[in-house]
This record gives sequence, structure tokens and C-alpha cells, in this order.
Amino acid sequence: MTAPFIEVRDLHKRFAPSLSLGDKIAARLGARVETRAVHAVDGVDLRVERGETLGLVGESGCGKSTVGRMISGIMTPTSGTVRLEDKPVRVAGAKADTRVQMIFQDPFASLDPRMRVGDIVAEGPLAHGLVDKAGLDDYVAGHLRRAGFDPALADRFPHQFSGGQRQRIAIARALAMQPDVLVCDEPVASLDVSIQAQIINLFMQLRRDLSITLIFISHDLTLVRYIADRVAIMYLGRIVETGPADAVFETPKHPYTQGLLDSVPKLVLDDDEIVTLRPIVGEIPSPLAPPAGCRFNPRCPLAIDRCREETPPLRPFGGGHDVACHLAE
Amino acid sequence: MSGAPLLQVTDLKTHFLTREGVVKAVDGVSFSVDDGEIIGLVGESGSGKSVTGFSLIGLIDPPGRIVGGSVKLEGMELVGLPDREMRKLRGARIAMVFQDPMMTLNPVLSIGTQMRLALNAHDRLSRRAADDRAAQTLARVGIPDPRARLQAYPHQFSGGMRQRVAIAIALLHGSRVIIADEPTTALDVSIQAQILSEIRDLARENGTALVWISHDLSTVSSLASRLMVMYAGRIVEAGPVGTVLRAPRHPYTAGLLKSLPAAARPGEPLAQIPGTTPSLLNLPEGCPFRPRCDRASEACAVYPDLVQEDRRSYRCHNPVAATEAA
Repeated sequence: MTAPFIEVRDLHKRFAPSLSLGDKIAARLGARVETRAVHAVDGVDLRVERGETLGLVGESGCGKSTVGRMISGIMTPTSGTVRLEDKPVRVAGAKADTRVQMIFQDPFASLDPRMRVGDIVAEGPLAHGLVDKAGLDDYVAGHLRRAGFDPALADRFPHQFSGGQRQRIAIARALAMQPDVLVCDEPVASLDVSIQAQIINLFMQLRRDLSITLIFISHDLTLVRYIADRVAIMYLGRIVETGPADAVFETPKHPYTQGLLDSVPKLVLDDDEIVTLRPIVGEIPSPLAPPAGCRFNPRCPLAIDRCREETPPLRPFGGGHDVACHLAE
Repeated sequence: MSGAPLLQVTDLKTHFLTREGVVKAVDGVSFSVDDGEIIGLVGESGSGKSVTGFSLIGLIDPPGRIVGGSVKLEGMELVGLPDREMRKLRGARIAMVFQDPMMTLNPVLSIGTQMRLALNAHDRLSRRAADDRAAQTLARVGIPDPRARLQAYPHQFSGGMRQRVAIAIALLHGSRVIIADEPTTALDVSIQAQILSEIRDLARENGTALVWISHDLSTVSSLASRLMVMYAGRIVEAGPVGTVLRAPRHPYTAGLLKSLPAAARPGEPLAQIPGTTPSLLNLPEGCPFRPRCDRASEACAVYPDLVQEDRRSYRCHNPVAATEAA
């Protein structure tokens, strides 16, 4: 069996507080200093095929962004591997892998306000020798155009543009690195509805034209349903359910996935319809002190004793649909 | 109070006098809210929906100013009311819940202190009586162990719990109307669902009217009975939620609906509205949606009057026919 295009194996990320000497002494003396580490990502396995769109879904604090950052190489895993075409992704230095590029949520924060649009797009490819000075202008213009941004405006600054236009600049910057994979972390969450559609259509077009592999991180289930071929649902650092989008959304098997889908408000088309929302009870526990066993057990309506003791592994249910629940059948 | 609506907004105009010119953030908005009614105000950023909310409760700061129109609460005119008089109503008869409770709760005061301050702004209560009422209200919005939580500070609460505290403060005096400006936008889906169902129950129990301001059509539609869509400072379409969403008459509403991923089949491109929302500094003559509208005609150079049709209304010269929408 050939290796998958992207293979993530047993990925972990811990964020430990950096303690000063004073903190350490204070902690020894019994003061309330936070010494626990956040286990943000706790054993994540993922496989993504070339040209596929994987939706990575979860609520805040579930570790989806951290996984995205580790895949794109801008964050080093505590343990575990990310391999691209069976080779480890090199994360730092001049020979860093540029095949994975990232697009961030907030285009007001991700673009240097003191750089002109053209320079923002040119910086990466120039540094990595993807283009020389002579061909630079055409190269930049081409990528801006591909992202639906008028190259005539390339000598302006980011603040002169709206959120949607800025996100196009960020996309052009990523495309200029000629990536095979785009990791998009909530790329439309900060945009207006009518602009969201424009940017989503752009992603779909890029995927078609450049056969780019997309890892699409979002909390928006409706959007992921629409754009992803396969999805992985995360909860408190672990994947609880993964599979083809149709299977996961049509026949969710994990109680968390079911609860999440029930929580999404639907468009109401009937004047007299009273919507019954069936929210998941309780709150997401602190990742500093996650519950033992299945991490969803304190909120789960079906939890039994076993769920409180034993971590359920991802079990296959056919067709690539895997669920981490003792009770799923 | 027979017949008259609880809240009556007529031709409200809130403008911002900036150095670049006059920003007509709200430019002739009229609507009414009945007792216990939940009404949704939907629009994109810059549509004027939040400024409308702030205008209702008299929280417009210079350079902004209400330059015209009227806001009547239980028959009493709020526009032009002296600040001292307005303060007597704010929090007591009309209250507001904001998007980000981290910004609206004071980080250095305990929840109990903040709730006592809010209570004593309108009532004179002993500390014990104030604590009792605060704890009761926290319990009603689903905060476990409310009495102990009075001692806690905002940073010790999660985002969802903080928003519950903000809602509890709005409920303290039994306001007749609560204006909620994107109150669940910053929350996770599962927490949003909790708050939505709780706030609906609370409003029903108390007969409190809600003006729910949001950019999210789905959230509003699962909560409100009536929907108003704002664009460039005006309400362009209004009516019962189902009627408007099933068969929108205004091309902007129709465009918004079609652009939702929920409405599309996976793989098919989303129907997008071209262009961006116009700058309020230089709105096009006539209908401000005209440059983005595929139905625009010469008639659109004149701002369309409000068309009344059964229980709904819209502002469009070339409305989408009822049969086209489906």
C-alpha cells in the first residue's frame, strides 16, 4: 500500500507554562502557580489524499488550529510526525518545506500593515528562489489575479482594502509559494455572509484548477459539509469521529457529533414552526484538567462507567468512517 | 396601554458627523415591537444594525447623533430625553446585551458587586436582598451554584457563562425590552444553542420583548417570529420569518439566502452577490443595492418607497416574484 499524500501519526502538542525561578520557588512553597501543561493535541492520526479537502471541525480549544499549524510546519510537535509524500515536513531554516502554506482567519492581523500588497506576495517566492527579480512583477500579478485581486492595486497597503479583499491578498501570498497543500484556518469566519460566498467559491476554483489539497479548519459545520470531502471532528485534543463528509453528517455515530449537528440553527421557512434546539448540556472542560476516559463523558447523555475509565480508540465502521466511542454501533 | 406597541420606532435617523463627511449609519428606520415579541434585525457589517440598537437605548456618542425620528417606549418618547431621565429607563425598562461580555463586564469587580451596582441603580436594596435577587437571576440563566459564583470575577467564567451573566444583568429589573447585539456570535456552537433555547424560554416566561441583532440568518430564524433585513442604513425587507426566508422579495435578501452554504449542494459553486457593501460616506443615488443588483433598472435611480404586502414589506422597484424564489 502506498503512503498517503499527507500522513499525520500520533501527533501530540503540550503547552507547558514557562516558569521563572520565582514561580518555581513559589510553587514549591505552595503558592497557586499554574504548573500544569495544556495537552492541546493528544494523539491525532490523519491521512489526506492528494487533491482531497479535509474538514477539521471542532469548538474552541479542541486543538484544530494547533493541528493545522503543525501540519503546515509553523509549530513543532511535542511528539509524532507529519509526513508529506512519505518525507518528513521540514519546518525551519532556509530549506524549509514550502509545499504547505497557511491562510489565517483574520486578514487584518496576518498582513504586515507597512508592506505594500505586491511586496507581501513577492517576499516568500523571492526568498526561496521561486522567481527572480526580472520576472517578479509578472509573477506577483499572476498570483494576485488568480486570487481575484486586481494587480493594478498592488502598490497599495493592506489597510486600504476590505476584509474580503485582504483575504484574497493572503491567498495570493500563499499561492505564490506554489504550494501543494493549503491549510486554511477559519478563512471566512471574519467575513460578511455575502463576501464569504465569494471566498469559498475562490477556494473551490483553486482546488479545481490547481488540484490543491485543502485542509479546511472551521467551527462552521454547514460550511464544512459543503466544502469537504472528508471530515475529522475534534474534541479536547482528540479526533472523535472521522470519515467521508456524507457519512459523518448523514449518520453521525459519536454522541458529540450528533449533539453538535443538533446545535446548529437551521433556516426556518415556516412562520409557525417553533424550532426545538437540543443543545449539548454542560461546558467544554478545561484542557488543563481534561476528564479521564472518553473526554466527552461528562456531557454525554449515554455515558456508562467504562467511558469514565477507558479511552475509546477510533474504531472502523466501514468506508473509512471511524468513531472513538465505546457505544457506537 | 391598549393597542399601542411596546416599542415604536419611526423614521429613525442616526448620523455620524465625521471629518470626511456625514455617515448616515441609520437613515430612516421604522418598526415596532409588541409585548413579548422576538424580532430579528439582520444585516452585514456596516448595515447600521448595531447603531440602530444603540440608538434605541440612547447610547450614541459624538460624533454620532440621532438627527431625526422617534423612539417610543410604552408611549414615551426617548429621542431627546435628557440623559438623567434616560438613565432611569436604561436597565430598568429597556436593557441591552452586547456581543463580547469580556468587554462589557468590569474585570476588576466581582460579579456580585456588578450586579449589586446594577440593582441599586434603580432600586434601594439591602446587601442581603440584592444578593438574593442577583443569585436568583443567575440561577434563572442557568448558572450553577449562583450564590458562590457572586464572589467570582469575570475572568473565572467561560465565554458562555459570561454571556449568561450579561443576560442576567439585563433581566435584573424585569425590562420590557432587551436589545441583544450579536450575543452569541463569539460563542461556540454548542454553547450558542444553550443560550438560544434559554433566552427564548426566559422571554416567553416574562413576556419580555427581544430585539435580536445578528448577521446570521439561521440563528435569527430559529429564534424570532419577525425578521427585518437592513442594508446601508435602511430596512429593505421585513415580515414574518418564514414568509421572508421562503420567498424573499428584495434581491438582497434573496442573494444572501442563496449565498449560504446550507442552501447549496456540495460541489456546486455558491451564488455570490458581486461587489462589497458600499461605503456609507458616498452611497449611490437611489437604491444603494443597485450596483450589486442583477435586477437593477433605470427606476432604481430613485430610492424605492416601502411596498406593503399583507404582513410583509420591502423596498424594491423590481422585486423577486413569489414564484421565482422557490
